[in-house]
Amino acid sequence: MDPRLTAALVNAVVVVIGVPATLVGYILLIEQLLRAVPDRLQPRIRPWLWLLPALAFLGVFLVYPTFQTIIRSLQNRAGTEFIGLANFEWFFGNKDALSALVNSGIWVVLLPVITVGLGLLIAVIVDRVRYESVAKSVIFLPLAISATAAGVIWAFMFFWQPPGQPQVGTLNGLITTVGADPVAFLQVSDAKFNTVMLIIVMAWMWTGFAMVIISAAYKGISRELLEAARVDGANEVRVFQSIVWPLLTPTIAVITTTMVITALKTFDLVYVMTGGQFDTSVVAFSMIQQLGFGRSDRSAAVAVILLLAIVPVMAFQIRQFRRQEAMR
Amino acid sequence: MQSTRPRWRVLPLLAGAVLIAACTTPSASGPAATTGGPVATPAPGQSTGTGGEDISGQEVTVIGTWGGDEETAFREMVKPWEDETGATVKYTGTRDLNIILSNGIQSGVLPDLAGLPGPGQMAEYAQAGALQDLTGILDMATYTEETAPALVDLGTVDGKVVGVFIKSAVKGLIWYNPKVNDFSSAVPATWDDLQAAITANASKADKAWCVGVESGAASGWPGTDWIEDIVLRQAGADTYNSWWQGQTKWTDPAIKSAFETFGQVVANAYGGSTGVNATNFEVAGDPLFADPPGCLFHHQASFITGLGKFKTGTAGTDYNFFPFPDIDPANAGAVEGAGDLFGMFHDTPATRSLMAYLVTADAQDIWVKHGGALSANKNATSYPDDISKRSAELITSAKTFVFDASDLMPQEMNAGFWKAIVDYIADPSKLDSILADLDNTQASAYAP
Repeated sequence: MDPRLTAALVNAVVVVIGVPATLVGYILLIEQLLRAVPDRLQPRIRPWLWLLPALAFLGVFLVYPTFQTIIRSLQNRAGTEFIGLANFEWFFGNKDALSALVNSGIWVVLLPVITVGLGLLIAVIVDRVRYESVAKSVIFLPLAISATAAGVIWAFMFFWQPPGQPQVGTLNGLITTVGADPVAFLQVSDAKFNTVMLIIVMAWMWTGFAMVIISAAYKGISRELLEAARVDGANEVRVFQSIVWPLLTPTIAVITTTMVITALKTFDLVYVMTGGQFDTSVVAFSMIQQLGFGRSDRSAAVAVILLLAIVPVMAFQIRQFRRQEAMR
Repeated sequence: MQSTRPRWRVLPLLAGAVLIAACTTPSASGPAATTGGPVATPAPGQSTGTGGEDISGQEVTVIGTWGGDEETAFREMVKPWEDETGATVKYTGTRDLNIILSNGIQSGVLPDLAGLPGPGQMAEYAQAGALQDLTGILDMATYTEETAPALVDLGTVDGKVVGVFIKSAVKGLIWYNPKVNDFSSAVPATWDDLQAAITANASKADKAWCVGVESGAASGWPGTDWIEDIVLRQAGADTYNSWWQGQTKWTDPAIKSAFETFGQVVANAYGGSTGVNATNFEVAGDPLFADPPGCLFHHQASFITGLGKFKTGTAGTDYNFFPFPDIDPANAGAVEGAGDLFGMFHDTPATRSLMAYLVTADAQDIWVKHGGALSANKNATSYPDDISKRSAELITSAKTFVFDASDLMPQEMNAGFWKAIVDYIADPSKLDSILADLDNTQASAYAP
């Protein structure tokens, strides 16, 4: 047998059997050890011992790299001495980096607005039609596609040929049949046009997600309550304003923050569709780009900036989660 | 009863830990299984080309940027070596060679052999001690005799050969369609001749030039070749060299003038500035063959014969080329080229044997026969057509040979150059601020 295949099989066996066995063994071991501890103390110690493997993993793979990144961002290129905030000064003084920051800002505003807005609209509308599940499935489907595949698909949609040539791109094919000139969707950066086009692709992927969550919350609203309002003479707009919207707000807040984080993290779509060219770079892309330039110091600084931008959003989201939990 | 509650809350975390463990375990043991390669039992009667050591069953890991046709050509090239030695080549193509190798040098996880991003990075890797000295591995007498001297020099750091050119290309060829207009009897020798030819034949095509600079994350690079060709012939090789070394500023009149000359080309390009920025370089020359033709000329390196409609056309009858014309007679006879460097990170009998094999004329012949590539080896002559043979001769007969300047610049400078091309094409009036930005990038990119 091919030695590589043997190695792969050994690996698979180790993972599938070995890892759970180790964990079970670990739990049995600590139960044995706990017997030595007075009964009274056992309930206090046990959860921490149970948590230990998970905490260790978090520490090694999340906490340690985070601190290491922060330290790296304060060092020079070679990592030999500390240079204060010079890498951050570079970021806020560099045209390309600032352009990436502005683009990320546009992503953070537009992506949640489009996905949550359309998701809410569709959730409320399809609730009234018979083919609801089919419609929802179709809209949800793009989420199953990876951003890389979506980028390739939409590159075909946006494909541009000089006027007069056969327009192979779907959108330019449509535009030229009504007599207009083809549009270079991904190359025209005036008024951030191409960044908006990229955001539309991402929104195409994520609207279904927002719709499904909002739809579930919408269905959770008691029908009697809505009927009662209608009997009392409220029209549909009034029902939405006074009952549906307030009850959906916590859900919408959670989805919005999720979308804000998605927008800040965006890298793959930009990488596949424009490679950050034509002024479409975003902060996460800039981070990888600096790594490619051999500037791990600047890359670390960009990572820290991204982290600082995400922390308040995360904090808000956790608070929302807690609030929702409390309501139950 | 209270004591049972925390237990259930812990379970999802444990599940998470299992997942993390499942994800990390294979990658921890993976590299050992793939890079080291188990030593197989010796099979009799098999020997290598160099040391005579038996390497059958061993595996050599190789990473490079080649995909598609180029990957096929590379695999064909190593096939005879695999058949003869019984060893295997495990090739992986990647778009991010630079990141993989830079990180690999820091972490120590490196392939046996790898394509190198460019001579600049090669020198960095060699100085970091990561690249093996090939002087004792290659048959140096044959290697230096067979290989273009400029390319031997480019692979040498501190007197040691650490990089070899697996394939090369001549940059700055002007392609045309002989069915529209045959220039082979009266090749425009100077830039003025070329302008006169454009004026005289203006009615034969929509525009004078076909230019396309779209190339994903590297969009803009075909334009950098334009600027380099113009700098080389306007200002000369000395300015050219001090420019990529970071000593000549971008705002220098020599560089600014090159951008302006390129601007005249873009102003007379098929599809206008949007077309130039939105057209992928692989198909940019295709309007040469349209009816009516979209353009008279297309500027691209020798490898264009493997791309777009050139690939299906017949060399000589469907397309032909002449070298980039001279601009200042003082700089006549200068040629720009490029190529794919290759280096060795691990010294084992199998990697030595493969490395020595790859530079031989026999191995090189396999790739050049495939088309689209030139060899640095003079004795690899199985070119599929006269056009490839002529472009290969340009390298060996050049009075002055320079390497692609942007490939020699630090990666940050190179990327800034690409972006500058795209920005300049979109709005030529911003030239001064674009060049000033490049000066800033230069100050940062060349700093140690």
